Amino acid sequence: MHPRLAVSGLRKVYEGSGRRVEAVRDLTFTVEAGELVCLVGPSGCGKTTLLKCMAGLLAPTSGEVLLEGRRVTGPPPDMAFVFQEYGRSLFPWMRVGENVELPLKQKGLARARRRELVADALRSVGLEDALSAYPWQLSGGMQQRVAIARALAYEPRVLLMDEPFAAVDAQTRADLEDLVRGLWRERGITILFVTHDIDEAVYLGERVLVLSASPTVVQEQLKVDLPAERDQLHTRVAPRFAELRTHVYEQIQAAKRGTPVDRLTKSDAPEPH
Amino acid sequence: MTGTSLRRAGAGAWRRVLLRLLFTLALPAVLVTAWWVASDGSTNVYWPPLRTILKAFPDVWTGERLRTDVRPSVLRLLGGYATAAVVGVALGTVIGSYRRVRAVCEPVLEFLRAVPPPVLVPVIMLFAGIGDTMKVVVIASGCVWPVLLNTVEGVRAVDPVMAETARSYGISGPARLRGVVLPSASPQIFAGLRQALSIGIILMVISEMFAASNGLGFTIVQFQRGFAIADMWTGILVLGLLGFVLSVLFQVVERRVLGWYHGLRASTRRSP
Amino acid sequence: MRGANLALGAAGLAAFLALGEAVPRLGLVKEAYFPPTSRIAGALGDELADSAFWTALGDTLTGWALGLAIAVGAGIVAGVIVSVVPHLREATASTIEFLRPIPSVALIPLAVLLYGTELRSVLLLVVYASFWQILIQVLYGVQDVDPVAEETARSYGLGTWARVRHVLWPTALPYVMTGVRLAAAVALILVITAELVIGAPGLGARIAVAQTSQAVPEMYALIVVTGVLGLLINVGARTVERRALAWHQSVRGEVAV
Repeated sequence: MHPRLAVSGLRKVYEGSGRRVEAVRDLTFTVEAGELVCLVGPSGCGKTTLLKCMAGLLAPTSGEVLLEGRRVTGPPPDMAFVFQEYGRSLFPWMRVGENVELPLKQKGLARARRRELVADALRSVGLEDALSAYPWQLSGGMQQRVAIARALAYEPRVLLMDEPFAAVDAQTRADLEDLVRGLWRERGITILFVTHDIDEAVYLGERVLVLSASPTVVQEQLKVDLPAERDQLHTRVAPRFAELRTHVYEQIQAAKRGTPVDRLTKSDAPEPH
Repeated sequence: MTGTSLRRAGAGAWRRVLLRLLFTLALPAVLVTAWWVASDGSTNVYWPPLRTILKAFPDVWTGERLRTDVRPSVLRLLGGYATAAVVGVALGTVIGSYRRVRAVCEPVLEFLRAVPPPVLVPVIMLFAGIGDTMKVVVIASGCVWPVLLNTVEGVRAVDPVMAETARSYGISGPARLRGVVLPSASPQIFAGLRQALSIGIILMVISEMFAASNGLGFTIVQFQRGFAIADMWTGILVLGLLGFVLSVLFQVVERRVLGWYHGLRASTRRSP
Repeated sequence: MRGANLALGAAGLAAFLALGEAVPRLGLVKEAYFPPTSRIAGALGDELADSAFWTALGDTLTGWALGLAIAVGAGIVAGVIVSVVPHLREATASTIEFLRPIPSVALIPLAVLLYGTELRSVLLLVVYASFWQILIQVLYGVQDVDPVAEETARSYGLGTWARVRHVLWPTALPYVMTGVRLAAAVALILVITAELVIGAPGLGARIAVAQTSQAVPEMYALIVVTGVLGLLINVGARTVERRALAWHQSVRGEVAV
């Protein structure tokens, strides 16, 4: 039984204008079907590079990404990507409904089915009334919801999210975090969520992968044993939450300092549930 | 709101409309009146009284002349412009889409575009004679450059995040061109089309002044040569009017096609 | 990367010139209408050796530079006045919108009557066309002034002239540079037009003469010269613009080519 996603030995070297930058050295981990995994790491540690390699948007220098056992060489049809810059990811010449519908047209779905999916997706993000608005008429948080709706309507098996809430204000971020968790529990999609916000990673994830500084390797994997029912008010003051986030914080500080990682403690398989 | 403040608000709206009307018409009215008054008793050959010019208008620009001179001019312009638009956008899209092609073509295109369009008239006259074809070819050859180069720039400068989004959803090929690249480039393309319009008008007039047997440019030159000054002035006014009308039409079309772009800019300006 | 692009560009240019040589010689187009590159190059050499050519070039550049200078001066002054005097902007908006699209070529017959083939003919056309480019850009620039900066200046008691110098002008400067670049290109077009159609002395007149006397390679050679002139003006204006903008941190989303 294949894990939903398997990354093995991923390495990415950027070459250009006489400089060679090894952004990602060796990343190996798996994600099981239906998991919500968060990736955190110090700034510039190649989180985005990793995610784009997984999405097939960037070709790794070596190593591979397997989606249900099949190699990812280009953007696969059952994977959706949510970008951080929602303002530049949504097409401003199309209305919200058209934006959400566009990838479905590409899939060749019938019009009735497309309309159904669009309406359903917008409803689940709470924007069913925004169908005929233009993205730039909406607030930042609402625009990101549209982007999420677009990803949902695509009916992906895997959802990759690249620091999607970094560019919205704190209150909107809290709402959007709950939205993602709610959608995840409802639909059982496998989600890989990249963030620089430690609290967010612990709040959202079932498992947190801490990445080292560049050249990046997996520094540690952490199981978040908080209850499945989480809310902004109570979960964040739970003692276990504080322990976990402190631990992650320490790991990241160590990563920033470049403290050598004890390779024996690095595990590349999820701990048994 | 109370009754009185509602009434005041309504009166305020009326005042604003009237004020805007006043601003729009005031200066033109003043200028026209000044022209009328200043030229009224004029005996200067080159500056006939405005009254004389306006009187000559209906005599000169009869329905017949509109058909024999104005219509061919406008048709030549539209023919050349439309050709240039289609060729410019098509070629520009191809060149802009492939980095290597762009690098190869760039110096040559920059040179060709730097050649002042009027010099095309004598060149094209060599092999196209002096008929309608020549004029349409001249107009097209002059108009194509701003369209082409702006299309190249617009296609090249598609936002990388947008391009990646399209790629991540498997949008490629003609769907990508139609749904992402061209709309994204359209503001830049329209800038090129606007420049092309002014160049087109210039070339239309010049080609007719240089070598023609009918047309607006031809007519005005004939008046000038025959010293029919008042008639010449009416021709200048008609040409000015044509330029104005075409510009307004262009803006109307642009506002419709690029409505989303103006909205986007307005919203980013409000909250950067 | 840069080097590769340069090499490709040079290759493209070389291919273009080679095509220009091969196509007429192969008889694909009539040599009489389109001489091969080598003949044009030869004619160009002859032109460069001819003192009359240099006089014509000088005439063209004089008309261009003078017209541009007048247009820039008048445009900036008019733009600043319209922006600073209250309400003048709204009052002049309709007039500007009407006068701006009037093609300056419409004034050619008037210019012929008034000034014949003198320099003033050329200036009439050039100034009229270039003035609008500058004015419009100045007005855009003024629109872009940060209202907070303006308010701050006012609250410190700066008079109108001081505000123009310290708030308005620095904001508007990049726009003015863009306007100068556009006006420079337009000015060249109108100078050549005036010389071509009216016969004022300059490169355009020389081209017209070459055309009537069927000196085809010379005509093409002169056209190449005008192209090079246009290129130098474009590149020069862009460089000046970039230098002036080097310190200006604003990223204008304006669509301007």
